[in-house]
Amino acid sequence: MITELGHFALILAFAVAIVQMVVPMIGAHKRWHGWMAVAEPAATAQFLLTAFSFAALMHAFIVSDFSLKLVVENSHSAKPMLYKISGTWGNHEGSMLLWVLILALFGAMAAWFGGNLPPTLKARVLAVQSAVAVAFFAFILFTSNPFLRLAVPPFDGQDLNPLLQDPGLAFHPPFLYLGYVGLSICFSFAVAALIEGRVDAAWGRWVRPWTLAAWVFLTIGIGLGSWWAYYELGWGGFWFWDPVENASFMPWLLAAALLHSAIVVEKREALKSWTILLAILAFGFSLIGTFIVRSGVLTSVHAFANDPERGVFILMILVFFTGGALTLYAARAGVMQAKGVFGTVSRESAVVANNLLLAVSCFVVFVGTMWPLVAEMAFDRKLSVGPPFFDMAFTPFMILLGLLLPVGSMMAWKRGKVGRTLRSLVPALVLAVALAGLVWAMQTGRSLMGPIGVFLGVWLVAGAVTDLLSRLGQSRDFSRLARLPRADWGKTIAHSGLGITMIGIAGLLAWEQEDIRVAQVGERFAVGGFELQLDDVQRVQGPNYVSTMGWVTLFKDGAAVAELNPEKRNYPVAQMPTTEAAIDYRFMRDVYVVIGDAQDDGGWVLRTYIKPLANWIWAGCLIMALGGLVSLTDRRYRVAAGARKTRAAAVPAE
Amino acid sequence: MRALLVALMLLVGSSSALTGVFATPAWAVLPDEVLDDPALEARARELSKGLRCLVCQNESIDESNASLARDLRLLVRERLVAGDTDEEVIDFIVARYGEFVLLNPTTRGANWLLWAAGPAMLLLALGIGVFYVRARAKAPAETETGLSDAEQARLREILKD
Repeated sequence: MITELGHFALILAFAVAIVQMVVPMIGAHKRWHGWMAVAEPAATAQFLLTAFSFAALMHAFIVSDFSLKLVVENSHSAKPMLYKISGTWGNHEGSMLLWVLILALFGAMAAWFGGNLPPTLKARVLAVQSAVAVAFFAFILFTSNPFLRLAVPPFDGQDLNPLLQDPGLAFHPPFLYLGYVGLSICFSFAVAALIEGRVDAAWGRWVRPWTLAAWVFLTIGIGLGSWWAYYELGWGGFWFWDPVENASFMPWLLAAALLHSAIVVEKREALKSWTILLAILAFGFSLIGTFIVRSGVLTSVHAFANDPERGVFILMILVFFTGGALTLYAARAGVMQAKGVFGTVSRESAVVANNLLLAVSCFVVFVGTMWPLVAEMAFDRKLSVGPPFFDMAFTPFMILLGLLLPVGSMMAWKRGKVGRTLRSLVPALVLAVALAGLVWAMQTGRSLMGPIGVFLGVWLVAGAVTDLLSRLGQSRDFSRLARLPRADWGKTIAHSGLGITMIGIAGLLAWEQEDIRVAQVGERFAVGGFELQLDDVQRVQGPNYVSTMGWVTLFKDGAAVAELNPEKRNYPVAQMPTTEAAIDYRFMRDVYVVIGDAQDDGGWVLRTYIKPLANWIWAGCLIMALGGLVSLTDRRYRVAAGARKTRAAAVPAE
Repeated sequence: MRALLVALMLLVGSSSALTGVFATPAWAVLPDEVLDDPALEARARELSKGLRCLVCQNESIDESNASLARDLRLLVRERLVAGDTDEEVIDFIVARYGEFVLLNPTTRGANWLLWAAGPAMLLLALGIGVFYVRARAKAPAETETGLSDAEQARLREILKD
């Protein structure tokens, strides 16, 4: 019953979305206020209906309703509750429903918090947002309906892919989608502004918080996914340049560019048409990502719906929205004349440089991701483009970005002086060079990666701190630090986070150590300053798996510091083994132990990795996201929200 | 400056704890696959990282647990022990499994487009960027106080309401 109600709510939401797409758009064109006013309740209704539909599907997973085809294929009665819930979005149909739920959520939030928008712009934004939703509702209802029943329900389900039965991955998709799909609202703002023919500082101020929010979620989502890969896949890799990872990374790069260029629109009324283009492209890349994941045109560890029909449908959505928006852009971009005048050396130019590097690096990732497809279709060559290409083609852009960032972020608006900015950064530079030199002297290998990473990281963090201190002016009155605008704090925090991530990546790649051996029970062996001893191996019965669990004691300077339990699990229903690494998380390095197969002589294959600075990678991601959040609470956005309240209060008085 | 010195000393202190970690990585795959000669083994590891496991979705043979990956790893080592150079090993494997096996695409044929795309785009973007910034620097400064005709008209309209 609840399932049917959910199905019905989804169809209703589809109908509401069609109304919301058409009526406010006509209303805005004809200046009919009644028609424009439809958008707001429609956006709320669309969200509530979709939320109900999603809840109904989740209910079916929670109670293990095996009359539903989707539940049979992706769940099992013995599965822990958390994974029954996360199973809702651990499959193609359910994750598309989550996709459209978040789309509706952002539409509704724009309706709820958009009180200070001009009525025509607001109506158009909500109509465009709803147009995207219409396409995806149709996609779900006609090609990927999650509510299909089975005539003869089986007694139990086929279980969720065991790799996905993990807390990190349970929350990875929702965050990723909040970011991915959140960019839709920037797209809607851009298209609405093009229809309106007007982009000004106020537009920049409205778009920026949405971009920032989407970027924060995307950062957390990508970070969670990378962390999951690190501890779950069994050898501690954190980034594979897999097509699906790239699909989430490209929007992240463009969102980062967009949130910087929107500042220039807001403060200086320049870079307007470029910002509009970025907003269109950022969401365009989200759609491309969805296409890559769902169509299965590129082989990937993530591809979970290799269905040509669905692929073609999403390709059509992609072509219609991106193509349509770009056509509109080509026709209207000329209207948006830049106003702000700035010198060749200025903060504006620095943001242009930031945008160039981010956009071109995104382009490199795009070309590398799509090349196997192009080569096969155009040149009849079946080839691969893997990590070695991306490492070589992408990394230089990030190094350049890291080098320029502290200088650019301290440059004065309008007209800056390179000499003055550099002078204030001398302490940061000295510190970075000193630490990089120190690291260079201490490492035994001749690899440059570590010292370069440390240099860039320290340069970024110290540069960000210098930037914040420079806000105090001549007085150096540290008590004023707390009263600085939140946006300044957010900037410092986010830029430091990037530096910390860079240090982590370089440290892990440069100084990782690996030891693979057949260990006998009771034998003690040394790896990179630690000693390990395999104490015992036992079979352990889990809720829906059987595990071979090892007991390994970790010694440092002869004293036991940790007990680690690496596991090899076998999920009998899904007939799939997984490795569960045991990790001793530390500030400067992780000790990462994986147990392998039993050997004929009674020993066990044991892999031990020393992963220096591994945590820094994800800590940096979290700090970046935190910086975004702090910036989001800046006074100027709260003041805008307050303005809405006073206006709303004034209405009844009329 | 003193605060900076203290920070530096703190960092030196904590990084000296790292010295044990700064060593050349010793790689190995499964205990029985490892070659006795560490130099050869290091080359084998480096080569394996650039070769794709053909039955996996998107993994190198160095990372994969598949048995085909193990066969390929052993093949790489066999060729190295037989005295092949790195290029000869790669050519040997590409001749049997095709270009698809290479994770690092060659520059042969149309692939130069792939490799040149990034630098070419950077040059193009730099050109556009410099042009734009130059244009903004030369643009006549707008009078900040005045309203355009359209804005004046709009203001009148608002005031009329």
